[in-house]
Amino acid sequence: MRLSEKQATEMLLHGDPVAMGREADAICRKRFGDTVTFIVDRNINYTNVCVNECNFCAFFRRKDHKDAYLLTYDEILQKVQETVDAGGTQLMIQGGLYPDLGLEYYEKMLTTIKSKYDITIHSFTATEIQHFARQAGISILDCLKRLQAAGLDSLPGGGAEILVDDVRKRVSPKKIMTDDWLHVMECAHSIGMESTATMVIGLGETMAQRVEHMEKIRRLQDKTGGFRAFITWSFQPNNTKLGGEKTSGWDYMRTLALSRLYMDNVAHIQGSWVTQGERIGQLTLGFGADDLGSIMLEENVVRAAGTAYDMSINKMVDLISGAGKKPAQRDTEYNIIKRF
Amino acid sequence: MYCSEEYKDIEEKILKGERLSREDGLRLFACNDIAWLGNMADMVRKRKCGDYVYYNVNCHVNLTNICTSRCKFCAFGRDAEDKGAYAMSVQQALDVVADAMHDPHLAGLHVVSGLHPDWSFDDYLERLQALHDTYPSLYLKGFTGVEITHFADISGLSIRQVLEKLQQAGLQAIAGGGAEILTDRVRNELCPNKASADQWLEVARVAHSMGIKTNASMLYGHIETMEERVEHLLKLRDLQDKTGGFQTFICFPFLPKNTELGKTVKQTTMWDDLKTMAISRLMLDNFTNIKAYWVMLTVPVAQIALGFGANDIDGTIHKETILHDAGATSPTALSEDNIIKIVRDAGRIPVACDCNFNIIGEIK
Repeated sequence: MRLSEKQATEMLLHGDPVAMGREADAICRKRFGDTVTFIVDRNINYTNVCVNECNFCAFFRRKDHKDAYLLTYDEILQKVQETVDAGGTQLMIQGGLYPDLGLEYYEKMLTTIKSKYDITIHSFTATEIQHFARQAGISILDCLKRLQAAGLDSLPGGGAEILVDDVRKRVSPKKIMTDDWLHVMECAHSIGMESTATMVIGLGETMAQRVEHMEKIRRLQDKTGGFRAFITWSFQPNNTKLGGEKTSGWDYMRTLALSRLYMDNVAHIQGSWVTQGERIGQLTLGFGADDLGSIMLEENVVRAAGTAYDMSINKMVDLISGAGKKPAQRDTEYNIIKRF
Repeated sequence: MYCSEEYKDIEEKILKGERLSREDGLRLFACNDIAWLGNMADMVRKRKCGDYVYYNVNCHVNLTNICTSRCKFCAFGRDAEDKGAYAMSVQQALDVVADAMHDPHLAGLHVVSGLHPDWSFDDYLERLQALHDTYPSLYLKGFTGVEITHFADISGLSIRQVLEKLQQAGLQAIAGGGAEILTDRVRNELCPNKASADQWLEVARVAHSMGIKTNASMLYGHIETMEERVEHLLKLRDLQDKTGGFQTFICFPFLPKNTELGKTVKQTTMWDDLKTMAISRLMLDNFTNIKAYWVMLTVPVAQIALGFGANDIDGTIHKETILHDAGATSPTALSEDNIIKIVRDAGRIPVACDCNFNIIGEIK
């Protein structure tokens, strides 16, 4: 039996996270046994210039700011080379909404990378896609088709935050609204470009709004089946205009367990060690998560060559083994490519 | 209910409120169904002590870090000539409390210290007496079984006589530290220069016979085996059957940083910490309170531990030093408001108490 929105809201308000965790864990084990996956990839943030200026973001700069940057193709290729050298299989290229680059800029970025490297490009959020389409004066679907032809493999699920316009208007009024985000995903899925979906909690949303968010994604998934994974992040209040307090571990675990129970049509539930820290990240593996996402090769880590990189894979493997699970490296499509 | 068939018999015992055996304890440590373990422990917690979560508005006073014991798991103890070594005068000890008194809700002190090579028992007593005389409204908990054994050694008094003097100087309850793992193998390896397992238990036994309540603890995640963890829990359970004088049980995961053992031992995982918390609740069926010590666990983990059998979250502390010397990443103090919020967010009722679990003020 599928959970109703009402049931789910009630669980988020009053449910016992440990009891919910047990149910979520049972579902997860049935599907994935003891295997827990992660991916080796790299984030390339090609620019920090952004016209959106969201209240929860500590990254963006105005174009004329002294710290504003836009990477050159050569700089990007250098980063790709380092990723490949470090055994990475995926690129997460994301950036701010730069005011005046044509779609050709992004197409050329993709073709240049693909002509030199056999690597999966899992890049650009829905927000960026809409921005590119607008700048080019074409439809979302046409924009996605052109990017796909240039080498874009799949879309990450960021930028969803909470898919309720009341929340969005408060935290990121200039960013795309709910229907826009869902429309980008639907178009992408329609051309065989799969994606993930995310939710950011702790933005001052209500529990009912979290469930509304999950319901919108579950409904679209029923239609397209194109979401590979669902990822819950918690808002990091430091250095942002929105500020406030970080959501508690209790709240995160309860929401994570609910996402496994509620998103019955999405295969993978990812625990976020990045926003929750390694310790809570490990615990998600007993509460319904079957994947810990990326080891996030950081620039300095990659540059420090072999050792540092081995450390972070080792750390991930330790984290998973420490929970009595079997660690496995996966690709973007969740195929297992290496066991440890 | 979901647990693999393998643990069905244990689940039935727990549901019926039957005592778990040594064998059961070992099987639980081998069990990897963490949410099941948590769920069982949480059920027992609810049955035994309801939804209250106890905390202290307190201040830690560590009179000296100069210590003859120099346990391998400790980053706090120093030799007298080492950098950072200190020994508080009476006035310095009073100053620590004077600072903490800025919090109008401050209710008590937790006093534990190194085994100073040159201090007599009277030196410790003098400081305790001064704290009590200057701040008579504050409850006084302090001194572990290890310190009390040491006091008996250096003064030639019996354990009972030492406890009587401490009681006369104002002590109301004894701290739970120094238990580490109560087996001679572990103690000979890690801390040969202090109270043996039997001596530690003897202090608790004598204290209980005098009506003084004590706490108990377990320091795990170093060289002990799972058998030894279970052995430790059973020794505490046996004594508690006889005396009923233990108030709360504290799980201390070993923090390796800056310790001699840290070169070879890695820090415990969250997984191990929560399992150990849950199993302690399940095995210690005659303990009312199980503490999630946020200093070692970190605040988010301590909050989650409230769902794994804990009903005690320690206190505000004012300024923790012993574990921060060992690289604890938690803050050195929490505000009372912060503790209240953590507990409420976990759907439980925060209750301020003194060192003997008497409720202070109204329940908020």
